[in-house]
Amino acid sequence: MIRFDQVTKLYAGNSRPALNSVTLEILKGEFVFLVGASGSGKSSFLRLVLKEENPSKGRIHVLGQDLGRLTSRKVPYFRRNLGVVFQDFRLLPQKTVFGNVAFSMQVIGKSKGFIQEAVPDVLKMVGLAGKASRLPHELSGGEQQRVAIARAIVNKPAILLADEPTGNLDPSTSAGIMTLLERISSSGTTVIMATHDAGIVDQMKRRVIELVSGQIVRDERQGGYQTQAIPLQASPRESSDGLAHTHDPVPQSQVPTATTPAPVRRFAP
Amino acid sequence: MRFGLIMSEVGNGLRRNITMVISVILVTFISLTFVGAAILLQAQIGQMKGYWYDRAQVAVYFCTASSVGECNLVEATPDQKNFVEAQLQSPGLAALIDRYEFESHEQAYARYQEQFSDNEFADFVSPEFLNEAFWVNLNDPTQSDALVESLSGLAGVEEVKDQRKYLDPIFAALNAASFTAIGIASLMLVAAVLLIATTIRLSAFSRRRELGIMRLVGASNRFIQTPFILEGVIAALIGSVLAAGAVLAIVRFFVQGYLGSTLQTTTAVIGMSEALLVAPILLLVGVVLAAASANVAISRYLKV
Ligand SMILES: Nc1ncnc2c1ncn2[C@@H]1O[C@H](COP(=O)(O)OP(=O)(O)OP(=O)(O)O)[C@@H](O)[C@H]1O
Ligand SMILES: [Mg+2]
Repeated sequence: MIRFDQVTKLYAGNSRPALNSVTLEILKGEFVFLVGASGSGKSSFLRLVLKEENPSKGRIHVLGQDLGRLTSRKVPYFRRNLGVVFQDFRLLPQKTVFGNVAFSMQVIGKSKGFIQEAVPDVLKMVGLAGKASRLPHELSGGEQQRVAIARAIVNKPAILLADEPTGNLDPSTSAGIMTLLERISSSGTTVIMATHDAGIVDQMKRRVIELVSGQIVRDERQGGYQTQAIPLQASPRESSDGLAHTHDPVPQSQVPTATTPAPVRRFAP
Repeated sequence: MRFGLIMSEVGNGLRRNITMVISVILVTFISLTFVGAAILLQAQIGQMKGYWYDRAQVAVYFCTASSVGECNLVEATPDQKNFVEAQLQSPGLAALIDRYEFESHEQAYARYQEQFSDNEFADFVSPEFLNEAFWVNLNDPTQSDALVESLSGLAGVEEVKDQRKYLDPIFAALNAASFTAIGIASLMLVAAVLLIATTIRLSAFSRRRELGIMRLVGASNRFIQTPFILEGVIAALIGSVLAAGAVLAIVRFFVQGYLGSTLQTTTAVIGMSEALLVAPILLLVGVVLAAASANVAISRYLKV
């Protein structure tokens, strides 16, 4: 469903790669948490899946397509299979809540009747039933976030990318959103969620991929925000070739393992 | 439904950039008016050439008693005139000639009086000052050289003159005017194209966030670029319609109204039929240029 082969992402004017030789595979219907410190490359990973950025090195396959070969003309059609929730929401400022959600259906040619039916449903699902005619700047951060989620899921995408979708929400709304994402995931959608919310990760017991300075340091099934079980990839040394690690930017002490208990759990609930 | 969505985007874009849109309208209006004027001037030249060249004759002037030079102040004798007429009928020249006629002193005087009736010095001219002449109509007016060569220098012939030569400076002047108009028109068109591109680019830049979001939710390139292209095309179309109107008005009121009544040569002046041919050309040029430049301008925002 999503495959990264030795993917490195270097931004112009930044000598340190945002992603460094990342190799992984995510299967259909999986629910994956992407964790790691700020600046570790989570958003960069999601942008690469979306082909909002191109990798500097390596190959990315999403939904059976080689993203390197996707022409700019075909990118929009590829993206119709993906739902995205951004860290910064990216709502259309002149459109109402309803308009923002409806827009993603309009551009792919859904009928007016269908839109009139589907949008209120999904707004109700995210708890915004009464606010359909508000403009984005008339909403709180958490409400805007829920509009973004509604927009991302309204077309029932094959893959849902969510960058800190609960970042601005209170615990009970967060829980509601997570129930929503779980429901979407159980209907077959692959969900990849970047988050700092340890409570949610620990509670959900799903696959966790941890990034440190652009490298995968942990990839475990039913993991927690910090390591609890035997990791799938014990250390970055095993996961990639020796060459990439001659300048390993990750000090070994930073990599949490089962034997070195985690220090302070900043995000504990 | 998608059409409605696109048209509402176009309306928003036009409203947002109203000042730029007005400048696009004005520049296309003026540049296309020059294009139209240039085309009409060419049509006018063509029409005048057709009209005058058909009527242009070669004149074989005979010496009068007041002619200087070869003639030596001696009137051409009847023998000399007969010899020239024989030359006109000779097989070599007869093939070129459609018809010819002789004009006597009296006929020349009558024509002179008629042409310059409101001119004071017409009264001082008497018939014997005016050349007798053969007026020759050629089958092909461009082949006057043969006639001029074989008849000039014959005894009693003062001059052989192709009337077309009088017209050439006029046509040269009109041609220069029309090339000037074409030059100005093309400069203005370049300005119009650049202005349209800039307007569209500005419009897209002010909405780049929105465009990015559209691309993220899967709006196709065509869907994103159509409103911008329509924005440019609509502005240019308004300018083109104004230009077409201006061209029609110029022909109706200036060429037909003013020139037609002062020159009294209605047959040689272009009319509404030419203007009505030019109008669609202007609309087409305006729309095609606007679409092309808007297309190029917006393509940058369709990358990622
Ligand atoms: N457009 C860009 N140009 C240059 N550098 C960038 C760009 N975007 C991100 N970076 C850099 O790449 C690295 C990874 O950034 P990224 O946004 O992927 O981090 P993140 O894990 O999402 O962090 P956060 O948890 O704070 O959202 C950072 O060091 C960042 O400074
Ligand atoms: Mg991020």
